[in-house]
Amino acid sequence: MTDVLDPPIVFKPHEPKPDEHHGPTGILKWITTTDHKVIGLSYTITAVIMMVIGGAFAEIIRAQLTTPNNTLVSLAQYNELFTMHGSVMIYLFAGPFAFGALANIIVPIQIGAPDMAFPRLNALSYWLYLTGSITMLSGFFVAGGAANFGWVAYAPLSNSINTPGSGADLWIGGLLLTGFSAIFTGVNLCATVFYLRAPGMTMFRMPIFTWNLLVTAILILLAFPVLTAGLIMLYCDRHFGTHIFSVAGGGVPVLWQHIFWFWGHPEVYILALPFFGMITEIFAVFSKKPVFGYKGMIFATITIGALSLGVWAHHMFTTGVVLLPFFSIMSFLIAVPTGIKFFNWIGTMWRGKIWLSTAMLMAIGFLFTFLVGGLTGVYLASPPLDFFTHDTYFIVAHFHSIVMALVLGAMGGLYYWGPKITGYLLNETIGKVQFWFLFIGIQLFTLPMYLLGLRGMPRRIPVYPLDPSWQFLNQLATVGAVLIGISTIVFVINVAYSWKRYPAGDNPWDGHTLEWFTTSPPPHHNFYRLPRIRSERPTWDYNHPGDAALEHGHHHEQLDEVPSE
Amino acid sequence: MLRIIALPVAALALAGCTVPTFGAAPGATTSSQSVYHLWQGFSIGAAIVGTLVVVLILWTITFHRRESDDIPKQTQYHIPIELTYIIVPILVVIGLFSWTMVVENREVANPKTSVTIDVNAFQWGWKFTYPGENVVVIGQTTQNPEMVMPVNENVHINLTSSDVVHSFYVHAFNFSRLALPGVLNQFTFRAVDTGTYQSQCSEICGLYHSLMWFRVKVVSQSDYTTWLARNANAFTAQAAKNATNQQTSSITPTKITKSKGDN
Repeated sequence: MTDVLDPPIVFKPHEPKPDEHHGPTGILKWITTTDHKVIGLSYTITAVIMMVIGGAFAEIIRAQLTTPNNTLVSLAQYNELFTMHGSVMIYLFAGPFAFGALANIIVPIQIGAPDMAFPRLNALSYWLYLTGSITMLSGFFVAGGAANFGWVAYAPLSNSINTPGSGADLWIGGLLLTGFSAIFTGVNLCATVFYLRAPGMTMFRMPIFTWNLLVTAILILLAFPVLTAGLIMLYCDRHFGTHIFSVAGGGVPVLWQHIFWFWGHPEVYILALPFFGMITEIFAVFSKKPVFGYKGMIFATITIGALSLGVWAHHMFTTGVVLLPFFSIMSFLIAVPTGIKFFNWIGTMWRGKIWLSTAMLMAIGFLFTFLVGGLTGVYLASPPLDFFTHDTYFIVAHFHSIVMALVLGAMGGLYYWGPKITGYLLNETIGKVQFWFLFIGIQLFTLPMYLLGLRGMPRRIPVYPLDPSWQFLNQLATVGAVLIGISTIVFVINVAYSWKRYPAGDNPWDGHTLEWFTTSPPPHHNFYRLPRIRSERPTWDYNHPGDAALEHGHHHEQLDEVPSE
Repeated sequence: MLRIIALPVAALALAGCTVPTFGAAPGATTSSQSVYHLWQGFSIGAAIVGTLVVVLILWTITFHRRESDDIPKQTQYHIPIELTYIIVPILVVIGLFSWTMVVENREVANPKTSVTIDVNAFQWGWKFTYPGENVVVIGQTTQNPEMVMPVNENVHINLTSSDVVHSFYVHAFNFSRLALPGVLNQFTFRAVDTGTYQSQCSEICGLYHSLMWFRVKVVSQSDYTTWLARNANAFTAQAAKNATNQQTSSITPTKITKSKGDN
């Protein structure tokens, strides 16, 4: 244990003040910055605004469904609303929040880097994301309204005959811009993780969050170019007379579905893996224990990433033109590494000293919610059960269990890392109120939708006069959605109330990883000094010499490859 | 091998009345009932795994709470436990997949049939053609056209689309299949219960997607013959009239002719 008692590596003989960087201030700083923390904060703010916009669409959708023949919105408006709800939440909130916002801020600090590998490319990513978001949302202000073919834009409904109007073009354009933003972020994350790790930070000493973001970045690089290419094809079909997706010209409509889901299924894990990483860190820190099965966790992440590239056609079982057994077994197999993660999370908490902070509550809420989404996902790997439930509310409920678990993870991440970014803690009591609104809201929102699907309610319908008995379950789901909306308001209240009220200090949670070793907020290039990195918990090792992780439950004989001094 | 897999299926089928429904229903075809039993099996598995995980989580967050600032034992690995929860899920997955294959192979099989119905989906309605019988049923949006089929008979369906992607979703049959332009999708139903089953398109297909309704009416063999004989001429006239309406209302009339050729 003596090695961790050594003084940390100090880059400068005396610590300058955190604002020693002489750059522009105020609005000019936000526009011209290449600092990953400022860019990450821009991402965070933009993504949370997108979540509020997408959430507002969801509330209108749920309000429309409270009665079978509601006329709150027209059929056309409803199609626009659910299309833009899905698009905003997936393309503009969940992804950018995961790999744009928190990854940008946290990954360089976790590996002891001064910034991302390509700071200007990083800034470009953000501005592409912002302009793409504005482009997509501006569809509401053009003649014919926003895109209305569902967030999956199945050909040939998305061609210029069935969906004329520039709302659809703005949707494609916005998606192209945010797609490039994601690709550049993927490049940046890979380069940062491979080349900018601090001395001693070997691959198998990287925190799980960083590992998950590395796998996410690789998936982005494999999946997003395919979507981007598909979007260009779709645009050519709409405007330049190609017939890639139209039968009349010898094209194949189902090719769009292949292209879309070849991106779309890895995308599910591009969204999920960062949040898996977040809650892994939270479980370890708030249980005062190392991540249980650290290496197994990493291999599970890599396995999920690899399998996720071979399961896209489980979204297409009902097309009748895909090889069912192959995509079925591949999809089933994803349950195995996901299960490993679940048991590792429980193992991390097991016999720990669990501190039920708001961040920890959010992470535990994630477990319960993702459990429901994950188990119902196993059903959907089975083609006969997919024939039965496809395009019904069962599917809607399934993926909302998943993505609402991610929202819990996102909130956990904000409560956990927010103090590091801002220097101030959020109020824990208000945070717990928010958690209970959010958690109960999610269950009340998703569980009735499973039953609706089993009773035969298809998705994407604004009216259901055929079976008015669906009304009660729909109303329950609407109440759940309202509770979720209230939880968002509580969060905003918490941010306003806690503004510069509770100074966090450098390490409020007794954290494990390098971000808790530096100041809150970190200085311009993140570190004045670094501890010796001899495990995946350098800050813990520094603060708790003698309490290193016990391999296999007992002390290790030889202590790594420490050079004798 | 197949017999070993089929065993739990049969056991569950025998115990069918005592196993909870888990929100699903047996449905009105032979396939829908196998799907229902598969559903029950998956639900039992999910309930067991879900309960185990929930109990473990609740246990640890209840009994392993922080009471002092002591550092707990820093255990990081336990190879036997980790191997257990790698190997057991793989076995479970293989079991679920095998059972899935048994049900699926039965469901997608195309046995010899004496009845064929050509189903054509269009924006926004359905056309049911009975080849060789001179019967066509057609209806748009809320007109709710009826697909009449005989009970206890293999009925072969040829599914096509005239324009965009639709979905032929019959809830009572626990089944859906996309109607894709340019693709002929074929499957077989064998209904075991007579009745009228309300259905609707389940894939977003444009403005009136929510009103693209149809019914499946399962009747006895004799009623089916009577129905065909009685309605052949009447429906021809009706169909011709409707087909004209459809031609004028449809956005891409040329494709309709094409899909007729497919049939």
